[in-house]
Amino acid sequence: MDSGRSERAVPTAIKILVAGGFGAGKTTLVGAVSEIRPLQTEESLTSAGVGTDDVTGVERKSTTTVAMDFGRITIGPDIVLYLFGTPGQDRFWFLWDELALGAIGAVVLADTRRLADCFPSIDYFERRGMPFVVAVNCFDDAVSYSEGEVREALDLDVGVPLLLCDARDRASSKAVLIGLVEHVLSLTRA
Amino acid sequence: MSEPPGRHAWGYEWADRDAGPVVRPYAMTGGRVVPASDRFDVVAMVVAVAGDAGYGLQPEHRAILAWCREPVAVAEVASHLDLALGVVRVLLGDLLSQGLIELYEPQQVGGLPSAGVLKAVIHGLRAL
Repeated sequence: MDSGRSERAVPTAIKILVAGGFGAGKTTLVGAVSEIRPLQTEESLTSAGVGTDDVTGVERKSTTTVAMDFGRITIGPDIVLYLFGTPGQDRFWFLWDELALGAIGAVVLADTRRLADCFPSIDYFERRGMPFVVAVNCFDDAVSYSEGEVREALDLDVGVPLLLCDARDRASSKAVLIGLVEHVLSLTRA
Repeated sequence: MSEPPGRHAWGYEWADRDAGPVVRPYAMTGGRVVPASDRFDVVAMVVAVAGDAGYGLQPEHRAILAWCREPVAVAEVASHLDLALGVVRVLLGDLLSQGLIELYEPQQVGGLPSAGVLKAVIHGLRAL
C-alpha cells in the first residue's frame, strides 16, 4: 500500500463472470448465492455500436439502460467475490471486454433445449484464454442428455469441466462456483 | 393570513413514482459521461477519506461518501445507490479529484490471484 494512505485493510476483490444465452439462468444463479441486488448500467448507444456502422449519424443519440446481474459473496474480511452476469444480447458485447478484464474465470450456463445459445460465450472465453466451466442448468421440462452428448454438441475441450446444476438451488450454484475456482486453481498449478 | 404557496397552488405533484425517473441519469453529472480522472474498474475499491467536507457536492456525491466509509467496490456503490455504473464513475471521479476518496484498483489484472487466495475462496464458498 502506498505510504501516506490510510492503513486500512482493503479486501481483495475476486471477479467471476456468469455467461450463457438469454434465459439460461444467469439471473437465477447469481440471485441464488448473492448478498446484494442487481446493478443497472447506463451505456451510450454510440459505444454499443463500436465496430459497426449502424450508428453513423446518430452519434448523439442518448443512452440505453442495460440491467446487469451482479452479485457479492463475502468470503471473509479480506476477500470478496463479485459475480457479473454478461449481457445476453449480442449488441451489448462491448461490455464484455471491460467485465472480463481481471476476472479469474467464467461460468457458462447452458440450457440443453437451446445449446447453441452458449456457443458465443464459449468462443469468447476460448479466444481470450480465460478459464471457464460449462454448467448445464437442468430445467424440469428438458430432456436429459449424457455428459458425453453435451460435450460433443458443444465441441468442448476435454480440459473444460462440465457440471450439472439447478441454478435455483443455492447449494447447487455454490458447487458450480467451487468447480470453477478449483479449475482455475488446477490451471495455476499446471 | 393567506396560505403560503404550497404544493397544490404550484401543482408539484404532477408525477409520482410510477411515472419512473423524471431526471435522466447523466443530469446529475451535468451531462459529463467520462470521469475526470481514473477509469474505475468495476471491482476497484473506493473508501472515503475522513474529515474533509468537500465543496460543491451534490446529494449523490454525499450519498456515495456515506456508503464508502468502509472499502467498497465501484459496482457495489452503483448497486446500493441504484445509480447507473457510468454515472457513479463520473461522481467518483469528482470525489477523487477533491481528495475525498482513496481508490484501490484491483491488483490481479493481467494475472491470476495466488493459489492461497484461490484456496481461501474455495474454503469460503464451502463454508457458506
